[in-house]
Amino acid sequence: MIWAFELTLLVFLVVCALAALQVKDLIGSSIILGAFSFMLCLLWLGMGAVDVAFTEAAVGAGVSTVFFIATILHINRRSQD
Amino acid sequence: MKTFALLTCLAAGAVLLLAESDFPDWGDPSSPASTHLSPHYITQTYAETHVPNLVTAVLADYRGYDTMFETAVIFCAGLAILLVLRRGGASNTSAHARPPREHSADLIIATGCRLLIPFMQVFALYVVAHGHYSPGGGFQGGVILGASLILLAMAFDIKTVLSKVRLKTVSALGGIGVLIYAGIGLIPLLLGGNFLDYSYLSAILPATDPIMARSHAMLGIEIGVAFTVTAVMLSIYLDLASKGNIDEGL
Amino acid sequence: MVEVVEKFSFGIYLVLLLIGLWAMIGKRNLVKKVIGMTIFQAAIILFFVSIGAKDEATIPILRNYYGPDATPINPADYANPLVHVLMLTAIVVGVSTLGVALSLIQKVHGKYGTVEENEILEKST
Repeated sequence: MIWAFELTLLVFLVVCALAALQVKDLIGSSIILGAFSFMLCLLWLGMGAVDVAFTEAAVGAGVSTVFFIATILHINRRSQD
Repeated sequence: MKTFALLTCLAAGAVLLLAESDFPDWGDPSSPASTHLSPHYITQTYAETHVPNLVTAVLADYRGYDTMFETAVIFCAGLAILLVLRRGGASNTSAHARPPREHSADLIIATGCRLLIPFMQVFALYVVAHGHYSPGGGFQGGVILGASLILLAMAFDIKTVLSKVRLKTVSALGGIGVLIYAGIGLIPLLLGGNFLDYSYLSAILPATDPIMARSHAMLGIEIGVAFTVTAVMLSIYLDLASKGNIDEGL
Repeated sequence: MVEVVEKFSFGIYLVLLLIGLWAMIGKRNLVKKVIGMTIFQAAIILFFVSIGAKDEATIPILRNYYGPDATPINPADYANPLVHVLMLTAIVVGVSTLGVALSLIQKVHGKYGTVEENEILEKST
């Protein structure tokens, strides 16, 4: 585990989490959540958890983001906080 | 409300930070989590099941009961979304009613899908079948297979996907996957062993000893899990994208 | 205090957990609350998987395990597989819970016309 790599990924992770919660456009929020999921996948690869990373990559990018966007297109796209 | 939330979180964070000083070092091979039970699994799994992927062996054989109920939970989630959203009638008309689109798909999207979807499906079947020797297994392959069908539904529309995979098939596959899992677990009970004890299956499988019977039964179980996960992912997408009335997609 | 600085990874997992918890309590939009729930689950799974990591260890798939040149299997060479199994279940159940939460949000929007918590509370009393 290369600690500089892991530290960069962890900092990106926290930044993605805060950004996904601050952005007012809900579709932008769900795309940032997709990037968050990708950073998680890379972190788990660094720790040697390949099955968990495979599942998170398939679920986070393939399915979770799609479910969010499918829901948001039926409600108001702009949130007030 | 936000200041209350912030104070609560900071208080909880202070308590957890105090607890953190007692943790073992990060990545320590002699931490308590890695010394009591896991050396037995790491050293004995190949001798007992002939499966080198330790995660698949523990998931499908040693902790098979857990995985069966997890598959049942996925099926129940798909069922719950179906019950909540599919009511039919005037309560489902959207406030942002869009005019119906023409159904001629864009050339780039149609060509891209035609090239991508067969490879995605073959790769998904490879991931399910090769789960004993490489990272993968039933869940990962099922999610990729479901995602290939969701891609078809997003690129064209829901009617296209339903003309290729009928809605009754999707709904039935979700239950059939759990039935395959429970059925493979029930057969050892009829042969005189315990529930989900696959070594007794060597009595009915031709030319296998009890160790290889466990390996083959694990493959059967992964196939059941893949069926359920595929069907439920597609069914959840169909319900969410059309607000319950399965006609017009996104 | 020195131990806390050495284990900075655990500290960042803690920060992520608190961000998720703060979003679930403090945000008014229901979709943002669900995003907070996702972040919370991700932090928990990250913490668990980090317990199974070992220094100088490889992935939990056996190598050189049979045949004439088989080497004996040393448990310190492989990452702990039991933790990965529990977290696989957690991820897939998490996505199912996400689907149910999003369908409930659609139903709430159908009935009240909005997904902001204060407006829903005004309209329902």
